[in-house]
Amino acid sequence: MNKLWKKLTGSQLVIPLFSLLLIIIFNLFRDIEFFSISIVTNNQGYPVLSGNLISILNGASAIAILSIGMTLITSCCKGQDISVAAMAAIAGSVFVRVLRSSGAITIPVVLVAYLYSCLVAVLFSLFNGILVAVFRIQPMIATLILFSAGRSIAYWINGGATPTISDPILASIGGFIPGIPIPTPIIIMIIFLVLISLVLRFTTLGLYTQVVGINEGTAHLNGINPVLVKLLAFIISGVCVATAGCITVCRIGLINHETLLLDAEMDVILAVAIGGTSLGGGKFNLFGSIIGAHIIQALTVTLYAMKVPSAAVKAYKAVIIIIIVVISSPFVKETVINIFRKAARKRIKNEIPVKAAS
Amino acid sequence: MICMRNDIILSMRNISKTFPGVHALQNVDFTLRKGEIHALMGENGAGKSTLIKVLTGVYPKDSGQVLLNINGSLKEINVRSPQEAQNLGISTVYQEITLCPNLTVAENMFIGRGNYRFVNWRTMKKRTTEILEKLNIPARATQQLGTCSIAVQQMVAIARAVDMECKVLILDEPTSSLDEQEVEKLFSLMRELKARGVGIIFITHFLEQMYEISDRVTVLRNGELVGEYEVRDLPRVQLISKMMGKELEDVSAIEKRKLSDEETGLTPVYEAEGLSSTNCPNAFNFRIARGEVNGFTGLLGSGRSESVRAIFAADKITGGKIRVNGKPAKIRKPKDAMKLGIGYLPEDRKQDGIVEDLSVRENIILALQVLKGFFRPFSRAEAEEFADKYIKLLGIKTASMDTPIKSLSGGNQQKAILARWLLTNPQYLILDEPTRGIDVGTKVEIQKLILKLAEEGVSVTFISSEIQEMLRTCSRLIVMRDRKVVGELKGEEMTQDNIMHMIAGEAVHNE
Repeated sequence: MNKLWKKLTGSQLVIPLFSLLLIIIFNLFRDIEFFSISIVTNNQGYPVLSGNLISILNGASAIAILSIGMTLITSCCKGQDISVAAMAAIAGSVFVRVLRSSGAITIPVVLVAYLYSCLVAVLFSLFNGILVAVFRIQPMIATLILFSAGRSIAYWINGGATPTISDPILASIGGFIPGIPIPTPIIIMIIFLVLISLVLRFTTLGLYTQVVGINEGTAHLNGINPVLVKLLAFIISGVCVATAGCITVCRIGLINHETLLLDAEMDVILAVAIGGTSLGGGKFNLFGSIIGAHIIQALTVTLYAMKVPSAAVKAYKAVIIIIIVVISSPFVKETVINIFRKAARKRIKNEIPVKAAS
Repeated sequence: MICMRNDIILSMRNISKTFPGVHALQNVDFTLRKGEIHALMGENGAGKSTLIKVLTGVYPKDSGQVLLNINGSLKEINVRSPQEAQNLGISTVYQEITLCPNLTVAENMFIGRGNYRFVNWRTMKKRTTEILEKLNIPARATQQLGTCSIAVQQMVAIARAVDMECKVLILDEPTSSLDEQEVEKLFSLMRELKARGVGIIFITHFLEQMYEISDRVTVLRNGELVGEYEVRDLPRVQLISKMMGKELEDVSAIEKRKLSDEETGLTPVYEAEGLSSTNCPNAFNFRIARGEVNGFTGLLGSGRSESVRAIFAADKITGGKIRVNGKPAKIRKPKDAMKLGIGYLPEDRKQDGIVEDLSVRENIILALQVLKGFFRPFSRAEAEEFADKYIKLLGIKTASMDTPIKSLSGGNQQKAILARWLLTNPQYLILDEPTRGIDVGTKVEIQKLILKLAEEGVSVTFISSEIQEMLRTCSRLIVMRDRKVVGELKGEEMTQDNIMHMIAGEAVHNE
């Protein structure tokens, strides 16, 4: 028990899990109905799951996928890619462009379109990566270029239009696959999670990324090429970006280069921070970031459920996020640890006289 | 020992401090008198640094008293931050330089001092120039600190502390990156301060330096006080045995390995012809036989580190022919060298050695993992087995193998990096200052280890600032001056005198 407690408090996951727990408890007291999941029939006539929990998981999927790439970049480059949302708009535009130019939409066509958008997103991400890894420009500055230019590039890809695309296949990617009651974005997110766990399990990506992020000199002298490790992080991020872009396009059924995942990069960075990865690089925690993404979404859904006007949601969110970030700050951590230690010492002091008397 | 109460400036009584799993200090007493240089000695993890950090408010103490002489009487103080310590007249110069390399020398001298709201740049510059001149420090006030050599940076740090009118000056391993002349300069500075009545706490691993300058010594071992002694009453052997806590195995018991002619005649393990790198522009030749221990010697900045870095391809290689076991080899980057069984322990442990936030386990397996490949990570169980084996083998003191390496003492960090390379089972190991900043006991251990490795057929190139260490372990020395190899000594020719003459070079003969 003691060991488990020690392990738990030592882990980077404490804060995100604790925050998630708080939101859940808050909702338990506020309205237990919040957790109800019901099966409803959607407009295609299939039974699907519905409820706040489902919409949290569904809504967080794009941010969660983006946060995987962001976590790796943060860890090894000691900075963030702020262009992920703009690149997602590019990837989404490419996706739509390929679909529209191919006539009938079939599963192979969708796959090809997805691969194209992956390729484009990876290339753009590599552009960022080269600026950061080879030219050693600070990530924030390097990615500022695509942050501001990305949506303009997306604008050109579809000739300035914001075409809608509707097709049962796309609807099932953005919504539900007929017969499966779980929203497809959740499934895709889980697939990504499994994939990245496998990558971390069967490669040394985790170790290399952290070593590069903590001490590049050591990495170099131990045969790790820091440039390659950083580029790899950007490549992985590119795939995440394309996936998030395509899911969002399928979900809303059109590509709007101006609004697609607008401001998502800040949510993604926040998810990484809440998840326990230092934005200064070094040790990372992928699952923390994913939990972080869900915390943000849970907050949003809770606020909507409380009938907070949508214009005010951001302000409420900001307050709660400040609280989470303060709780997870080193200052609070140390204070809490000290209080625990003092309590433990008191206990020992009280025990000793008893032993001496007996 | 009779001492007047009123010449005590600092008295620490019954200080205890516990870290998770480690008793860093247990009931330690320490007394510092006015105008004395008081050495603090002990092995790795003996608690020297912890005691200092408690005194300066970096760590809160668990129990005990700190008394400081304020206006003639001892008063209990409770220092909560280094800033507070500074205000009370306790200044520290740490082993690792803690100034800001991207600010100027003048800014570094005055940063965080006083409570002025406006900065008078001109007076600041003038005052700094004065101090630098007075203390004979080769730096300009407007120069960026980072562009000075480590030695000069260290001296600026000391100058800064001196200028702050301190009563107690703590020097934590100040000499470990200085060459002999610089050490002399520092010592004359210390004597001057002593004459002014400053109490100096001097932490060092260099016995010679301790004997040269200190009046009194306090010895710690495993977080406990061994005792306080007058330096002139304490023979070296006794001091060492007090520090190590066991009858000292005579250092001279280290028996140098002599290569048989047969072995020397064999194809060298590593051979370089005209090797040069961006940091080591003067091409040099080098060879090492199987089981040989050789070394590069020379003053700080003579190019000894740069040479071994070139062997490992740590810097960009600009030319040279290399043969490993007689076969031509291409070593363009560290990984090439690692694949050929070469290991390199860098001079700067903090910059190039440890990965601070990662665990001891991860730090130990790093090099072997890289060699094994990106797609073949070690399982947790394998990694733990390796780490466990080497933690035991080298006696690395750590709470657990999952402890971040940054919370270990310097010597134990060094052992962990040594473990990293031993784990790769190298045929040729380059150790650049493996004994720097660590205690005598571990130094002897490392020297013994080097000779044991050589016995097993590993070739070792060893660099140390302590010439005695090199004379004890190496069978051949390559002497360097001004980034050039100026000669080679072996066998009987290897004496301290000869090395000095060679380093001094033609200058001596010409006179």
